[in-house]
This record gives sequence, C-alpha cells and structure tokens, in this order.
Amino acid sequence: MSVPKEVEKLSYEQAYEELQSIVDLLDEGRQSLEDTLKLFERGQALAHRCEALLNQAQLKLREVITSPEAEIKDA
Amino acid sequence: MDQLSLLSTPILSVKELTAYLHGMLENDDVLQDVWVGGEISNLMRANSGHIYFTLKDQDASVRCVIWRQHTLRLATALEDGQSVEAHGYVDIYEGGGQLQFYIDTLRLAGEGRLYQEFLRLKVKLEAEGLFEVSRKRLLPVFPLKIGVVTSPTGAALQDILNVLRRRFPLAEVILSPTAVQGSEAPAGLVLALTRIITEKPDVIIMARGGGSLEDLCAFNDEKVARAIAASPIPIVTGIGHETDFTIADFVADLRAPTPTAAAEMAVPNREDLIVALTDLTSKLQRFARHQLDNYLWQLSDLSNQLMSKSPMKYMAFEFEKLADTSKRLKRATYHSMDIRQLNLKDLFGQLTVLSPRGTLKRGFALVTNQINHKLVTSTEDITNHLPIQIEVGDGSFGATIVQE
Repeated sequence: MSVPKEVEKLSYEQAYEELQSIVDLLDEGRQSLEDTLKLFERGQALAHRCEALLNQAQLKLREVITSPEAEIKDA
Repeated sequence: MDQLSLLSTPILSVKELTAYLHGMLENDDVLQDVWVGGEISNLMRANSGHIYFTLKDQDASVRCVIWRQHTLRLATALEDGQSVEAHGYVDIYEGGGQLQFYIDTLRLAGEGRLYQEFLRLKVKLEAEGLFEVSRKRLLPVFPLKIGVVTSPTGAALQDILNVLRRRFPLAEVILSPTAVQGSEAPAGLVLALTRIITEKPDVIIMARGGGSLEDLCAFNDEKVARAIAASPIPIVTGIGHETDFTIADFVADLRAPTPTAAAEMAVPNREDLIVALTDLTSKLQRFARHQLDNYLWQLSDLSNQLMSKSPMKYMAFEFEKLADTSKRLKRATYHSMDIRQLNLKDLFGQLTVLSPRGTLKRGFALVTNQINHKLVTSTEDITNHLPIQIEVGDGSFGATIVQE
C-alpha cells in the first residue's frame, strides 16, 4: 500500500473508495495480523470521515465568473 | 301533385335525420381525421372535466369539445383568444342537433411549423450520429462540482438546488446563468455552456421548467445541440415536463423528464449513501473479526500441535521407562541381597565353627589382663593380685591371681 493520506483531507469519494478497497482486502482474508488490525483501524477512520462529511455538508453555490474578455471571445 | 309526392316521400323523424347525418359524417375520411385552425372563444370547462369552446375565424365558427381524457394531454392551458390548431373528427350531437368538432390534440398556432423544424433537425442530427447510444457517457458517481446551466430566476434552479441540498450537499454548485426563452436564448445557452466547461465541473445539468413548444424552442436549436454534443463534460438535461422531448435531450448524455429529476439523476442520494456506508462499515467489522478469528484458530491449532510435540510428553515416557527400570533394578538388587544374606548366614555358620568361642565351648578359656587388656598367653604375663578376665564358652567372669 502507498503511504495513506490523512483521513481528514480525503474527499467523500476518496474516503469511500479506500474504505471499499479495505473491505475487499479484508474479505480476501490474506492479510497479516498486523495489517488486518491496521486496515481495520484505517477503515473505521474512513467510515467516520464519510459519515461526518455526509452529516455536516452544506451545499455551496456560486456563479461562474463572467469576464468581458470571455464574452468577446465566445461571441 | 305536390300533395301526392309529399305523401309518397317517406318522412324522417328528427332522430332518423340526425342518425343519417351521423352516418354520413362518420363515413367521410376528411371529417374523421382533420386539423382545423382558429381562435378560441366562449371557453368553458365543465365540472365533468370536459372542455367546451367555439373555434372561430373571421367568417365562421364551430362548436368544439375536448373530452376529459384528452384534456390531460394538453401541453398549455387554454385561453379565450388563443390561436390554435386542433385535430379531431366532426360529428353531430344528436341531442342538440349541433355539428361539433371533437378534438383529441391541440397545439398553439405556429407550433406546427416549429414541430416540422424540430423533426427536420432531429432527422439531420440523428443521421450524423449525434444521438448514438455509444456517445452517451456515464455520469460520475460522486460529482463534487456540479455545473448548472439555467435561468437564475426560474423555478428550475430552485428545484435543482432543493434536490441537491437534500440528496447530496457535498457538492459545490456552479451556476452559469442564461436566458432559456426568447430570441437570445440559443446564443445564451451556448455561451453559458462554454463558460461552465471552463470551470471543469464533474457534471453539467441543463434545465428549464415546463412551457409550450415555442417556450422550449431554444433547446431545439441546432447550435445548442452541437454545443452539447461537443461538451467534454457529461450533460444531463431536464427540460420542460415529462412529455416534452427536445433536441437537447436527444444529444445529452442523459435525459431527465424534469429539472428535479435531472438533479436526482446527477447525484447519489444521501440516504442511499448512508445505507451503503453502514453496510460497508459492518462488513469492515465482520471481515476484520473473521480474520482475527482465523488467526486465533490457527494459533490454537498450532499450539495444540506444539503441545503434542512437547518434550514434556517425551519426558513422561522416559520417566515411565526410568521408573520401570528402577523397579527392575530394585527387584534385581533385592534378589541379589537375599542371596547374599543366605550366603552370609552360611558364612556365619562357618565362622562360628572356626571361631575361638567354639574352642571355648569345648572347655578352653581365654584369660585377659584387666590392666592392659592383653591376652595372657604365658606365666610370664601374670603377677600376684593381677585382676584378670576369664572368658569361657557361654560367658566371662573376673578373677584375681593369687600366687602361693
């Protein structure tokens, strides 16, 4: 495994995907004891991250910047 | 003559007359499948749900009926004074003796031309392969940046935002505002699309609320269609109502029936995500537990194997052997000692025979000087009054030498 990114910096998709791959790895059941424990801990952290993102998220809204140059160019 | 001919001519009842007219109308191909253009007046919606009105032009008018089941298909609300084109059949209403036009389809005047234009463009673009299923891209599962091309003041935008807030608040929504109706709308849509693409969203929602075919015509514009087809980012359209299909819908990667549905299709549902997450979390725990259990099993199995190979077991066996040997040793020893004891007794017997005491028993005596504890073997050894010890066959006694 590559060096895992800090869980708090992951997007929902990244965290969810990693969680999924960890579950797949554990399902295979070929991990060493140490890795199993590490994967489990990481998985739990990822699940918490996803949960927090879902519960705390607020939709952000903004408008595209409409610069005059763009209008000239596009027109 | 007149009288006679009148008498000879059969007289129809009113019912027979109207039935005859009904039959004639029913057998006329033109009247059974006809489009009529005119202006609506005397519009009346009955409690039964049927709509009655008069269709007129400068010179004439005809009574019209739209049965309730056909009113549901009407795209626009009817108003007095509207110019419309209606399709249906002509029949006589026998109760009122009126000729009536029974309408099943109705559109605003001018929509016919628009519709022809729509069909022409649709055939053209379809021939170019712009509607090919193979061109359609899958929408991303987790779009974090969602571009919305629509009117900033329309209900469509609010509908979309409501859905996104409820279902997937993780996303950032970037609005690219544009007019969605009127002569400026096609160019506006193309520009708005170009702008939103520079923001590199994960998915683009192109939307507009319901309206007449004319209201939606910007989405049937060829330039708009080509801009959609050229987009490097997947586009989902939600234009008008469920029954409205625009060229934009055909070109888009995914067509949703309404703006609300477009937003729903563009993002996953938070509730679904929570369910999936819960499921994944429980799998994580189950699999990890299972894995640990496996290790415990392996450990206990291995430890059993170890115990079975333990030196203790070997030693126990050796101990047993040892105990057995030592038993045998003891037995052997005792046996040999028994023999020795027997021998010893024998020896004692011989010893007894050979001992001086045997000689004493035959009457001899041993005399010991009491002072120096030496045997007296010569007369030289004694002096007068010397205490001596005399030992005979069954014991001993003391005596004193008395010399005369």
